[in-house]
Amino acid sequence: MKTLSKIYNGLIFTFLYAPIAVLIIYSFNDSKNRVQWGGFTLDWYRDLFSNELILESLMVTLQIAVLAALISTVIGTMAAVGIFNMNGRLRRAMESLNNIPMVNPEIVTGISMMLMFVAIYRATGLLQPGFATLLIAHITFCIPYVVLQVMPKLRQMNKHMYEAALDLGCTPFSAFFKVVLPEIMPGVITGALMAFTMSLDDFVISYFNSGSTAQNLSVTIYSMTKKPVTPEVNALSTLMFGTVLILLIIVNVRQVRDLKKQKERR
Amino acid sequence: MKNRLSAAPFAVWMAIFTVVPMAITLWFAFTDENGAFTLQNIVEIWQYSGTYIDSIWMGALATVICLVLAYPLAFSISRKAEHVQRTMVMIVMLPMWMNFLLRTYAWMSLLEENGLINQFLGFFGVHWNMINTDGAIVLGMVYNFLPFMILPLYSVMAKMDPRVIEAAQDLGSNNWQILRRVILPLSAPGIVSGVTMVFVPAVSTFVISKLLGGSKYMMIGDVIETMFMGDGCNYNVGAALSLVLMVLMLICMSLMRRVDNGEDELGGLMA
Amino acid sequence: MGEKKIIELKNIAVSFDDEPVLKNLNLSISDGEFVTLLGPSGCGKTTTLRIIGGFVTPDSGDVFFDGKLMNDLPAHKRTVNTIFQRYALFPHLNVYENVAFGMRVQKKSNDEIKETVARMLKLVNLVGFEKRSVATLSGGQQQRVAIARALANNPRVLLLDEPLAALDLKLRKDMQTELKNIQKSLGISFIYVTHDQEEALSMSDTVVVMDNGEIQQIGTPQDIYNEPQNAFVADFIGESNILDGVMIQDYLVEFFGRQFSCLDAGFAPGEPVDVVIRPEDIDIVEPVRGTLTGKVTNVTFKGVHYETIVDFKGFKWLIQTTDYYPVGSIIGIVLNPEDIHIMKKSAYSGMFGDYSSYSEEFDELADPEAGLAEDAGEGEE
Repeated sequence: MKTLSKIYNGLIFTFLYAPIAVLIIYSFNDSKNRVQWGGFTLDWYRDLFSNELILESLMVTLQIAVLAALISTVIGTMAAVGIFNMNGRLRRAMESLNNIPMVNPEIVTGISMMLMFVAIYRATGLLQPGFATLLIAHITFCIPYVVLQVMPKLRQMNKHMYEAALDLGCTPFSAFFKVVLPEIMPGVITGALMAFTMSLDDFVISYFNSGSTAQNLSVTIYSMTKKPVTPEVNALSTLMFGTVLILLIIVNVRQVRDLKKQKERR
Repeated sequence: MKNRLSAAPFAVWMAIFTVVPMAITLWFAFTDENGAFTLQNIVEIWQYSGTYIDSIWMGALATVICLVLAYPLAFSISRKAEHVQRTMVMIVMLPMWMNFLLRTYAWMSLLEENGLINQFLGFFGVHWNMINTDGAIVLGMVYNFLPFMILPLYSVMAKMDPRVIEAAQDLGSNNWQILRRVILPLSAPGIVSGVTMVFVPAVSTFVISKLLGGSKYMMIGDVIETMFMGDGCNYNVGAALSLVLMVLMLICMSLMRRVDNGEDELGGLMA
Repeated sequence: MGEKKIIELKNIAVSFDDEPVLKNLNLSISDGEFVTLLGPSGCGKTTTLRIIGGFVTPDSGDVFFDGKLMNDLPAHKRTVNTIFQRYALFPHLNVYENVAFGMRVQKKSNDEIKETVARMLKLVNLVGFEKRSVATLSGGQQQRVAIARALANNPRVLLLDEPLAALDLKLRKDMQTELKNIQKSLGISFIYVTHDQEEALSMSDTVVVMDNGEIQQIGTPQDIYNEPQNAFVADFIGESNILDGVMIQDYLVEFFGRQFSCLDAGFAPGEPVDVVIRPEDIDIVEPVRGTLTGKVTNVTFKGVHYETIVDFKGFKWLIQTTDYYPVGSIIGIVLNPEDIHIMKKSAYSGMFGDYSSYSEEFDELADPEAGLAEDAGEGEE
């Protein structure tokens, strides 16, 4: 039974990783053909970094990801604190609001925002699809992740801690910054990193809301995959995979450390 | 803490950028290009009923396959030591964070006419036409969304007290009875949320079908995409088409609410 | 103890979600007094404390501090400080910074802070712990930091919300003595919330017994124990046999069809009353010499004494005795006038004081470690 389950788990993991391994291996393939092995090369990485289109969309992607992470972290953290203090119907309403972007099919989120931007543009001439609309869309789908990361931290916090700060003379405002924020900081940072990663990775919503002026990497990749693809895309995926891997490891190491701290505290 | 007002920017932002757009979609669905009320769009989506059925069929098939594949894996992860669990969950999650397009694109290289699999089969003189079939699309869905099934199942199962299973054994249940009478009912919330999290994106995808199904396989996502980004685009019909998807979402949400498994399953995805 | 009233609560009423938590509560606390709010979970004691601390706003009624109305004064402007349940120390700060927190907020000079922290840590016996992280401290040490932190703000009144509930029995006893000493040496008022009657009796100047959002009795520990005002107080504080009786005249009460002399007066002739007899006050004698005779139905060894359940005409009494009487033996008892306490009938009459269904489990259920559960309910708004 034990070996059987080991073999089974192994097969599933192979299924999950085989395509990624293929991508990574072929990013070093010295052949224009996607499947013929022609020796090791770093040419595709060199080509990648001289590809204006890719570099440009990389810039857009990073700018959007940083801004979206920052703004959604501020809004999301404030929201978590507010929702945490709500009860009953109001709280449920807020939680549903938070769930909409997470449960809605991405394509629906994407096109409904696009339709709104189109309607606004038609009516006022403002918000032409581009950087601004892309950023708004990204902030919107990032916020729920931040809220869901901060909320458990608030729940774990001794609920009298904030009162203790007030009791010792803090105004509600300074009590938040002196006591609550340091306590929920791990959640806030994890939330920010999640938001950053989600933004980096998004395609569907960006596709409908980027216009032609501000394409992010995913949208550029999509337009590349439509034509016969060069292994540059492989090189790009390897780099992106590496980046995400590093970010995820950071998040996880933080969480493990956090868990240990909590255990010590008990 | 009394300060509920700090949620105000969130409430305003989310209302403007999620609720209002959905209302606008609704408005587009019931108007023509001049903004006059019409039911024409709704009538028009009937011609896509076949596409809807195909999409739902393929989505459902992918969901069932995911469930069958994920269940034993999730259970076996949940019975491991805590640090092993963490590592294995991490391994399951990792591919999810690779760009979705690139993951799908990787399968193209594997499934192609002269792709890796066919090269391998070539040694045995076999050729298997895989790319641009329904099977390739379902495979793409299973591959992309399998972690969405494993993680909610795992997070429910991890909370299952091993003593409950021992108690069932103690009371004379055999393995099959334990599965049917104890593990399955206890993992029901995970099944519901896993099914939702696989089915919704699978039904609505347009990337997987475009890349792995070629141009001839149109899923409902493809139709919507064409209505908005294609040549003969028609926002109004597109809005009506996605309205149906929205209804689908509402059904899923209420299903999830009914089983009421809290936010842990969604949270588990982000652990 | 000064007679000056430092805190007064007048006609306070609070309800959460339409559930009344406090009903028309009136309470005044003198300067330098050690007052304990005692009652079961959900009786409203924590809410009363939180009203004084400024964390709960009453629906109606007034809160006075030093004669000044402070209904609308927010928590951070009140000159009272609180020791919270489970301490609520700031985990991101070390011991020194936790104690210094209030003074830092008030922008006190570094020298003053240093001096005060040192004095406070000396007071609570934690000299040398300044640089320690609070996460590495034991429960008792965390408790001491919480006390030092609250006292460093130099409060006129210290509010303590079940401060010892999370400590084990031995530590709890030590801390009781220590808290009492701190209170005496500083001469400030302590308002102490607990569900532990022993804690209340041993520490307080005044005990306020609460139940169901109402004050049942206010008095010294001796008053509360010896002269309970109703069946609830008699049952909650210590063990009590409570019987139905009728007052024949002053100093004469009838129950079990017999008349007993007692020390109580001021009831109408023929008035039905509750009669309280403490289990430790009952003297066991040979059956022939007893005013009443009964049969032992259950004996439990408790260390200092035996808890003996005796059946008198179908009504079972609890008697604490150092002598062992086996189950089935017939014994007699003698009741002296000072052993009989008469109470007016109340809403609680008939609810307590019958040991017919006595069992160990019942005993434990009646004395829960459930102060925290109460807090969970009351803390919500």
